[in-house]
Amino acid sequence: MSEARTHIFQRLRAVPRPEVDTTGRDYVPIYDWDRAERIKRFTERMQAVRAEVHHSDRDSWLNLLADLCKAKGLTNLLVSPHTEWGQAIYQQVGEFPTLQDYDRAIEAWKHEMFYNIDASLTSTVGGIAETGSLILWPTEQEPRIMSLVPPVHFAILDTQHLYTTFAEAMQEQDWLNQGMPTNALLISGPSKSADIAQVLAYGVHGPKELVVILI
Amino acid sequence: MSQVTRQKPDTVYFFGTCLIDLMFPQAGVSAVQLLQRAGIKVIYPPAQTCCGQPAWNSGYRDEARKVARAQIALFTKPIPIIIPSGSCAGMMKTHYPELFSGEADEAQALDVASRVYELTEFLVDVLNISLTDLGAPIEIAVHTSCSARREMGVADKIEQLLGQLQNVKVLEQAYKPECCGFGGTFAVKQPEISAAMVADKTMHLRNTGATQVISQDCGCLMNIGGAFDYQAKHENKKPLNTQHIAEFLWERTHG
Amino acid sequence: MAKPSEFRIQVDQALGKTEVRAHFRKAMDTLMTNRRNQFPDNAELQRLRDQAQVIRANALSKLPELLEQLESNLTRNGIHVHWAETTDEANDIVLKIMQKHNATWMIKGKSMVSEEMGLNHFLESKGIEALESDLGEFIIQLDGETPSHIIMPAIHKSKEQIAQLFNEKFPDIPYTEDVDTLTRTARDILREKFYNAPVGLSGVNFAVAETGTLCLVENEGNGRMSTTIPPVHIAVTGIEKVVEKLSDIPPLLSILPRSATGQPITTYFNMISSPRKKGEKDGPEEVHLVLLDNGRSRIYSDPELLATLRCIRCGACINHCPVYVRIGGHSYGTVYPGPIGTILEPQKSGLKVHGELVQASSLCGACGEVCPVRIPIPSIINRLRYEGVRQDGGSALDAGSKRKPLEAITWKAWSWAASHPSVYNLGSTVATQVRNLVPHNLGAWTSVRTAPAVADKTLHQQLKALGVDHE
Ligand code: SF4
Repeated sequence: MSEARTHIFQRLRAVPRPEVDTTGRDYVPIYDWDRAERIKRFTERMQAVRAEVHHSDRDSWLNLLADLCKAKGLTNLLVSPHTEWGQAIYQQVGEFPTLQDYDRAIEAWKHEMFYNIDASLTSTVGGIAETGSLILWPTEQEPRIMSLVPPVHFAILDTQHLYTTFAEAMQEQDWLNQGMPTNALLISGPSKSADIAQVLAYGVHGPKELVVILI
Repeated sequence: MSQVTRQKPDTVYFFGTCLIDLMFPQAGVSAVQLLQRAGIKVIYPPAQTCCGQPAWNSGYRDEARKVARAQIALFTKPIPIIIPSGSCAGMMKTHYPELFSGEADEAQALDVASRVYELTEFLVDVLNISLTDLGAPIEIAVHTSCSARREMGVADKIEQLLGQLQNVKVLEQAYKPECCGFGGTFAVKQPEISAAMVADKTMHLRNTGATQVISQDCGCLMNIGGAFDYQAKHENKKPLNTQHIAEFLWERTHG
Repeated sequence: MAKPSEFRIQVDQALGKTEVRAHFRKAMDTLMTNRRNQFPDNAELQRLRDQAQVIRANALSKLPELLEQLESNLTRNGIHVHWAETTDEANDIVLKIMQKHNATWMIKGKSMVSEEMGLNHFLESKGIEALESDLGEFIIQLDGETPSHIIMPAIHKSKEQIAQLFNEKFPDIPYTEDVDTLTRTARDILREKFYNAPVGLSGVNFAVAETGTLCLVENEGNGRMSTTIPPVHIAVTGIEKVVEKLSDIPPLLSILPRSATGQPITTYFNMISSPRKKGEKDGPEEVHLVLLDNGRSRIYSDPELLATLRCIRCGACINHCPVYVRIGGHSYGTVYPGPIGTILEPQKSGLKVHGELVQASSLCGACGEVCPVRIPIPSIINRLRYEGVRQDGGSALDAGSKRKPLEAITWKAWSWAASHPSVYNLGSTVATQVRNLVPHNLGAWTSVRTAPAVADKTLHQQLKALGVDHE
């Protein structure tokens, strides 16, 4: 144990610490939104920060995605073949730009990732209506960089997992007992900054475009 | 919240504050007249001096306590204590309990604190006073002191009183809730910042076109009024009157 | 005439720059309006503030236990935990990690604790470059400046100044005042840096003891870049940043960005619980957390001053401060400016160094009114004024060091007179004393105001005629 640690703890322990009354600490639901309302709120929030939101369903999302890829002139799409969505995409290879799997550790293809990938598509574990946020728990199939480095990020959100608030998402999905992953993320729009004279600019370091497909 | 029931009392104490005593006595006189006209007997303990705030805000707590203790001894009856200043009322109401925490006379200090009312708060909430305007039409602006606004939470009372005066139009200045830059010793310890603040405050007040500025605190009035006078004398600007709310109300409503 | 302090000189210079002042005013106006719009329902705002206060106060009440729990969970998760009593120690820890990896430079996400450490400067003296990647930090680093605001570090700079600066530093790129183009320039330069950086450094907004999770709030993605791309991630933070439970996070995340910039949420909320695990394809192989004390445990020892440590660094107090808006962040001469700096810096570095800051407040209370964790900033300022002049020890660093004999004697005399009514009621006695209290500065009062006049007859004298009862 370091000396610094010992000293710090000695000082912290040397003082009496009255207990704090924790009334009011717990989450209190204040909205009573049904699914339609949640979708509406989520969409408004996302659009307010210049994210694209498309309402789709299990039958038509593939076509929608293919059209979006064409419209954006994408030459490739980083997507895992191992997710539900990915499987469907890989079955229709011809409709999409070149599909790329994140099948190696980043060190093996960092240059390509940074300079050649146009767009990525990931799944999400949920969404939050109040703030217009996507919840991502990156996995081995869909690693962290997928939602970070490519200039365009497509995210698919199953609206069954669209919660009203962050607190509700955490509770319903039982994050505590699941155990936290290496990295958990809330993403609420494309990367932005107002550091230059408070003028909002998008696409600073993360994706310039965030495209959400609601199923 | 005060522990005193909000029923109209027969008798109240009046704490005049040192600033009013020395510099703005007319405000104190008017406040007493307003109370008396409402049928209330006013007790003014003559040994009163200052609430102790100047020393308290300068970090001289022992000195502040000594002065505060002398005041506490004067207001012993279980009746409201009316103070024509948000800042001094705030001192007694919120800071006496801190100042006397752990002292032998803490209970007395808490008792005094619980009976304190800022004047406009008392006129509105307890007396539910009704006013008839006898004055000529006038356009004014109101500056509410930071202590009345944030410490006492009574910013709306002065507006409610003025709202009853038919011929008085209240104009709203930009940055209304912002401090005027007085802050007691702040004005002398950081004169440059304070000067910049009062320059802005007076500019915004002037921009309303009001001919008079009203406040419930004489500290702010000394600062703002002093700046108006200076600007009239040295900067060729229009003179602008400042007045304490008590004086303004009394002047416009007594027959 | 007493010599004006360095602080007053800086203030004076800042006040003289009317353009900069107008710029700050506009910027703070926007931030205040945005915040107001985020809390349309006052009752709900007050409830959220209560909640956030309880969460932070509870965490502090269990601080040593929670730090132990945090350490053991982080360690179990594979994150290395380091402890530093002083900024020197913290710098050394970072240096050793750099050396272990033969790293000659690092990329940084925004971290006020690293500013507190003077990390960039320290590393530079060891031949290591620390490159800022937050757009605002990047800009001021280009210009050799320090942040003037804890959330918006380059807030003092106009678009034109930034355009000039970019043109000077990157002459190959054509001059432009277009914010999107300027932003793209920074993006392109920094992308390559993220790509190559051997080490990334970040701050931490909240650390969850229960799960061993480090939470970061940001908009740009540079925080995620710094903590995801380089093979080594070093996080630095103060020991007070810990919270007990995972469920404490949503309320804090709800109130922080709304109070800070008036956004409902930031673009990214990044929760890190471990380095890259086996089978994972990206993320740093090594994650370190440096926990810095630097005076915090001293603040902790006083039950009143302790509230200072509840701070979640939202900057709302700064945005609403009538002093800050006029003098700007640099005048304070400290890492943290504005009201939070006014209470934190003198406690961290001592009243001798930064004690004057506690006088730079009119105690208007605007800061305390907006603070999301209800830190009673004006009361703490008042308390620190007391600490500065008290004679019986005290708990703040350098207590008693601001006591000046003339001032002390004057207050003594005042308190004697004001507690002896017969003396006091001579009226003029006190007026004279009031003047004595400010022997050198009445000039300053009268440079923009007329001198206050003592009335002919005091209230005491006038009320005699009014039939008030004198019992
Ligand atoms: S003191 Fe309060 S308002 Fe100021 S930065 Fe800290 S949390 Fe925010």
